[in-house]
Amino acid sequence: MSKLIDFQTDPSRYRHWRVEYDGAVARLIMDVDEHGGLFDGYELKLNSYDLGVDIELADIVQRMRFEHPEIGAVVMQSGKDRVFCAGANIKMLGGAPHAHKVNFCKFTNETRNTYENSGVESGQHFLAAVKGACAGGGYELALACDQIYMTDDSTTSVALPEVPLLAVLPGTGGLTRVTDKRKVRRDLADVFCSIEEGIKGKRAKDWRLVDEVIANSKFDDFVAERAMEVAQTAKAGKDIKGIQLGPLDRTFHDDGSLTYSTVDVEIDRANGIATITIAGPDVPPPKGLDELHGLGDQFWMLRLARELDDALLHLRFNELEAGVIVFKSQGDPELVAAHEDFLFDHRDEDWLSNEICLNWKRVLKRVDMTSRSLVALVENGSCFVGVLAELLFAVDRSYMMDGDFEEDNRHVAALKLTPENFGPFPMSNDLTRLETRFLGAPEMVEEAKAEIGESLEAEDAERLGLVTFAYDDLDWEDEVRIFLEERGSFSPDALTGMEANLRFPGPETMETRIFGRLTAWQNWIFQRPNAVGEGGALQRYGTGKRGEYDRRRV
Amino acid sequence: MAELVNVEYDTLIPNNVGLSKDRRVQKALEKWHPGYINWWNDLIPREFQESLVYLRTTVSVDPKGWAKFDYVKMPEYRWGILLAPEVEGRTIPCGEHMGDLAWQEVPGEYRALLQRLIVIQGDTEPGSVEQQRFLGKTAPSLYDMRNLFQVNVEEGRHLWAMVYLLQKYFGRNGREEADDLLRRSSGSEEAPRMLGAFNEETPDWLSFFMFTYFTDRDGKMQLESLAQSGFDPMSRTCRFMLTEEAHHMFVGETGVGRVIERTCQVMKENGIEDPYDVDKIRALGVIDLPTIQKKLNMHYTLSLDLFGQEVSTNAANAFNAGIKGRYMEHRLTDDHKLTDATYPVTQLENDAIVLKDMPALTAVNMRLRDDYRRDASGGVGRWNKLIAKHGIQFEMVLPHEAFNREIGVFAKKPFDPDGKLLGQTEYDERVGDWLPNKADGDFIASLMVPCTEPGEYAGWISPPKIGIDNKPGDFEYVKLHMA
Repeated sequence: MSKLIDFQTDPSRYRHWRVEYDGAVARLIMDVDEHGGLFDGYELKLNSYDLGVDIELADIVQRMRFEHPEIGAVVMQSGKDRVFCAGANIKMLGGAPHAHKVNFCKFTNETRNTYENSGVESGQHFLAAVKGACAGGGYELALACDQIYMTDDSTTSVALPEVPLLAVLPGTGGLTRVTDKRKVRRDLADVFCSIEEGIKGKRAKDWRLVDEVIANSKFDDFVAERAMEVAQTAKAGKDIKGIQLGPLDRTFHDDGSLTYSTVDVEIDRANGIATITIAGPDVPPPKGLDELHGLGDQFWMLRLARELDDALLHLRFNELEAGVIVFKSQGDPELVAAHEDFLFDHRDEDWLSNEICLNWKRVLKRVDMTSRSLVALVENGSCFVGVLAELLFAVDRSYMMDGDFEEDNRHVAALKLTPENFGPFPMSNDLTRLETRFLGAPEMVEEAKAEIGESLEAEDAERLGLVTFAYDDLDWEDEVRIFLEERGSFSPDALTGMEANLRFPGPETMETRIFGRLTAWQNWIFQRPNAVGEGGALQRYGTGKRGEYDRRRV
Repeated sequence: MAELVNVEYDTLIPNNVGLSKDRRVQKALEKWHPGYINWWNDLIPREFQESLVYLRTTVSVDPKGWAKFDYVKMPEYRWGILLAPEVEGRTIPCGEHMGDLAWQEVPGEYRALLQRLIVIQGDTEPGSVEQQRFLGKTAPSLYDMRNLFQVNVEEGRHLWAMVYLLQKYFGRNGREEADDLLRRSSGSEEAPRMLGAFNEETPDWLSFFMFTYFTDRDGKMQLESLAQSGFDPMSRTCRFMLTEEAHHMFVGETGVGRVIERTCQVMKENGIEDPYDVDKIRALGVIDLPTIQKKLNMHYTLSLDLFGQEVSTNAANAFNAGIKGRYMEHRLTDDHKLTDATYPVTQLENDAIVLKDMPALTAVNMRLRDDYRRDASGGVGRWNKLIAKHGIQFEMVLPHEAFNREIGVFAKKPFDPDGKLLGQTEYDERVGDWLPNKADGDFIASLMVPCTEPGEYAGWISPPKIGIDNKPGDFEYVKLHMA
């Protein structure tokens, strides 16, 4: 898997999905091109998917928010006869290296979460219209929708056949959503997850696996009517026009570095370090909403969100050995604050301002979920303000320059909190990053709140617990270097495990459970000979030979 | 244990499986029975339900296939549960359990796989009866009408056979699947039959003959493979079903043969040499040979689709599990495990048809399809002899496997019947030369007028060489009920 995986696409390049827009209802039709796999060696039969299919879906979901805010209901359906979706492609999973499988599952989860939340956040409700076999990842696609409608044609069923067929688990939140979201009784869930043929008809509804089971002859009408109702309720009387998401301004360099308009990614392959430097805005924010809408995807905060998101995905999939990601920023803190203020002042009245805020929420979660050692360096000239300061609370450690540095005439390192550090960007545990940070000392959150708007230099930041360490001119370079070298010497696996444990303290939510269980169980199973060994079920699937299991329980 | 060769007729459901001693299954079947009778009564037009039909009813399942012929009203036909006799010490003939004693109960590990196979097989049986439901009204003779009904009641019995397996061996889930077999219906918008070919209408008698020749032959191949099953009750059921299936193909082969015979005869009588002189031939009230070829093309290719994907995980699993063997597995001389064997499979590479060696396990469907093609070509050869006997320059041929396919590597690709890839436009222009078009259908439909006098035949078909049960030519095979 050496070819570069690109997360940027657009509707003219889709091979696997079609979207039809009709008023406030969109039809999202899955029609996977068998021969359109991202890699060689497998065919995407029966609407099975690989990362390429999911990249398109992620793009559709993102564009739905920005380019089609008028849409209130999205009907997810199949473009094929007799199959809704057969789930992730097994040959692809069998042939993929472990890291790719894990990254793939994580990315698909992030996409599922995005459209799962879009009803509540943006009034875009996803409705699954299930006709034909809906198995494994196919059912997980449906599970992330607000409603699941299933036809009663006596063959259509929903199923999670991973355990009996493949010796792995539904990796995209299937098990968790069955119990936590749909609240299927646990013994029935046990039955459901053990039978490869799944559950059809009325029983699927009785067991809460789907919301409605509808006679086949009435199914299409039912779905159309329901979608119309949902859409009208969600977008009643609103006449809104989307913006275009154009291609990113992005350049790849020979040494692996990447340059975007607001983000610079420098790759130090020898030391396994990727440094992401964010550039603050160089112009004041728009004067009003008309100007914002005119700027569209060129508005600094949206451009930055999209570029940072793309950079993170690029690093995750294409730079596996960049074990440490260092975040830096450079720019005018006042302009960052002004942009953020503009957005949050208007988010209640303006859908676009709101969507940009929500996009930031997702990007910051993507940072949280990135299994690399995350470090922030607050240097002179930086602009960690508000939303950018959130990065400091997302990373595993942060280092801050303290005082004057020789021959450095940039403004002194300082960070600034805004109201946005105290609410609109929750982590997957539903707490803000500061609440999570100060789980044992909630009064520290209050203290930090009292400093909103203040320019906090090293001494203050350290006192308030907002950075890990602050070093002056004498120590800075060595301390940072030694830390990075030390980090590079540890086992990547141990670090991934440790960081994931430490990043998400506090309460569990469905989201933390989905990612936590994915990390703990699915990744464990994906390493076990019973699944991926030469005689394991995943390797043997499709050959006709059974998996050979080591019968000892671990 | 007594050999259960003779059939118990003392129970509501005739059987040779000791049903009277198996209260649980008997109860389940008796519960299912009224639904079945309703299905049958809704299906077959009223006047035929009341008619007396000269039908064959099995009374023994020994290899001689003892049967008695008598007049029966179809709803009173004794549909029963009939299994071929148990072979003592029978072992699993293939796959990783080869050589072990055959299973008498469902192995838990393969429950889902087995159940799916049985449901799919079971779904085809009533499907064809539904497709043929209106043909009685246009039967070209009482002889043909009787054959149609014989085929229908036997397909009904095959449904019983599959339902028995579901109810006896698959618990509550099996009973629900048995109910669903009656809920689905051919061509239904609500709940169609599972396989495409069983949702197509059988609009006329030529289609019926082609169907029984080509599509029932797929059924035969599937039953042959299932007869090899390591799950013994399935094997025994299918072995017995095969004896009945043979009659269906006889109806198909002789039916098409009699249509061809009649056409050739009329052409000769009227001095027509050119088989493509379609208008002239049709004006004489018989079906021209090129149109018969078109029907053949359609039914053959639809039937090829029933074999599924050339390379199939399900087929590989079923073989390796010992649940479904290959055609004539016992006569094959390889290791019956196929762990390292390969089999040449047709694949499409850059629009060229190539043969590629694939793991034989995954190519089990392809192999069965190859066996089918060989099996199906026999009758075509005999039809050609009929044509040649009349000195007419025409040969029926099986089209290339790439033509008119909906499933597998050639699906929806514009190949012509010779296996040449065309442009879509050219294909669309010419497809009417290869598959029946509306005018062909209308013409055939115009010939479909009933002929209900004993010993008389519609003008487009010859009488059979011999009667059923050696009855004379004017035998009244169906005593029609006149309402």
